Amino acid sequence: MYTFPNKLRNLAIVFMAVGFMGLVYGFLAAPNTIEEAKAIVAANHGEGHGSSHESSDAETSHEESTTHAVEASHGESHDAEHDEHVFHQLSNKPWAALYVAAFFFFMISLGVLAFYAIQRAAQAGWSPVLYRVMEGITAYLLPGGIIVIAILALSGMHLNHLFIWMDPEVVAHDKLIAGKVGFLNVPFFLIRAVIFLSGWTLYRYFSRKFSLAQDEANDISNHKKNFRISAAFLVFYIVTESIMSWDWVMSIDPHWFSTLFGWYVFASMFVSGITAIALITIYLKSKGYLEFVNDSHIHDLGKFMFGISVFWTYLWFSQFMLIWYSNIPEEVTYFITRIEDYNLPFFGMLIMNFIFPLLILMNSDYKRINYFIVMAGIVIILGHYMDVFNMIMPSAVGDQWFIGAAEIGGFLFFLGLFIFIVFKEMTKAPLLAKGDPYMGESERFHY
Amino acid sequence: MSNKVVHALYDDDDVLLNAVKMIRSEKHHIEEVYTPFPVHGLDKAMGLEETRIAIMAFIYGCIGLCVAVAMMNFIMIEDWPQNIGGKPSFSYLENMPAFVPIMFEMTVFFAAHLMVITFYMRSKLWPFKKAENPNPLTTDDKFLVEIEIHDNEKELEQLLNKSGAIDVSIIEKPE
Repeated sequence: MYTFPNKLRNLAIVFMAVGFMGLVYGFLAAPNTIEEAKAIVAANHGEGHGSSHESSDAETSHEESTTHAVEASHGESHDAEHDEHVFHQLSNKPWAALYVAAFFFFMISLGVLAFYAIQRAAQAGWSPVLYRVMEGITAYLLPGGIIVIAILALSGMHLNHLFIWMDPEVVAHDKLIAGKVGFLNVPFFLIRAVIFLSGWTLYRYFSRKFSLAQDEANDISNHKKNFRISAAFLVFYIVTESIMSWDWVMSIDPHWFSTLFGWYVFASMFVSGITAIALITIYLKSKGYLEFVNDSHIHDLGKFMFGISVFWTYLWFSQFMLIWYSNIPEEVTYFITRIEDYNLPFFGMLIMNFIFPLLILMNSDYKRINYFIVMAGIVIILGHYMDVFNMIMPSAVGDQWFIGAAEIGGFLFFLGLFIFIVFKEMTKAPLLAKGDPYMGESERFHY
Repeated sequence: MSNKVVHALYDDDDVLLNAVKMIRSEKHHIEEVYTPFPVHGLDKAMGLEETRIAIMAFIYGCIGLCVAVAMMNFIMIEDWPQNIGGKPSFSYLENMPAFVPIMFEMTVFFAAHLMVITFYMRSKLWPFKKAENPNPLTTDDKFLVEIEIHDNEKELEQLLNKSGAIDVSIIEKPE
């Protein structure tokens, strides 16, 4: 049995505390009233537009209104509606920072759940030694998902302005969004979210139950049940994951759409999930646990990290090239804002998520050296945080992005929560799923 | 210098693998092993040097990438400047997304073809070359181990029979 070391528990709590303070600071620094936002606008107006992100908050609102194309109702003058819009944009930043981090860590555990289900459905022989690590990571699915849905519900209650289509005022002046109201309306949106999360959680619950029951069982009926529900879950997952990514990520930019967005988000969550498995496995091994995990298992995780990183790049580029090539205004605006206002994070994440893992993990021998896997893994995790950042921030805060207290705080808070829940779950069962019929094969696995 | 060799036939790859390990632990030098399909782990059991083809593949890929960049730059930018996707920038870098599929394909093309050619040259294979395998059964379902004899026929024969060979024969190798 694994015991949660106090040092790690304290580290997780410190991360949460520091992250929480960062988030609180972010929320306090945001304007609280329309008057405050107006004051910022008045103080900074006239500096001119188009400068880089060192410019003022007031410009964000302008840039924002252009990118969101809700400016139809906005004239040159600052009418009341515009002031309200400015205020919403300015208060978005801490919310967006919170949402990016909450979604990112939730996405990791959902990616691991999909990976786990694939291992089960494929009756993989190499991976059963890692099942308990994967089950530990998926324990974060429910709490993480509830937090994400809570943020979405708060958006639906107009406490923040992350999703502009939730604002009836915006919809009234926007024919494109009005045409999507049948799908993009708050009640249906939240009902969908709850259905998705319950489906995923149900699979996770039963799969874990069968996995634990298999440890003590004399036959393999639990294993067979797990195989069946895993196959069914994968069908459910690929549909719901796709709709989830339109809902929770793509609808932040309700005018823009990409047909492979679901796959793109999937690749991102899959590679971050596999990386998380590798990092946690190596951590546990370094502490003397998981003695049955050998170099070849790490090698295989490394291959997956390498392969799915390339797969992610393939999807990223497929999406980018078609839109770049056709140059249709309502589509290409998505990438123009990212290249102009988010140049460093946009191209930086390409280096972190593609070029770095490609070069580091290409060599077969390097994939057997923990040091390289950890180094590549940390860069991949941060790179995919940047990926989510790039998906959400440009539409939420425009060119006013900054990796500041709220962003780092959000990341640390959810990292702490993630570590806390994941390692706590791993103390609840032996780290070796000893009843699995493929366990012998997995333990002997060598390359 | 003797040019007598012993040929031991096996009918199972697991038996072969164990036999190879056994022969090597008895300090006999295995000349060559002929198999109908690649046997996993045989190279390690035989103590062969690790292949360097991966390094060559990387280098060939880099060459392919460079060729693609030079080629596209000449064709699409210098020789006959093209307006790509309504963006007449006439700069390679700004039009790069349009060239990425070609750069990728050329990388793969060069790596794959040059790797095959390298492998053929390294294995001394070329069209119309006479087959080297001493026993046609090794193209069907049998495995053959070839060991040079240095006045130790009896000992070797015993060892090979013990290791599970289905047939052991001594052959004068025409030089």
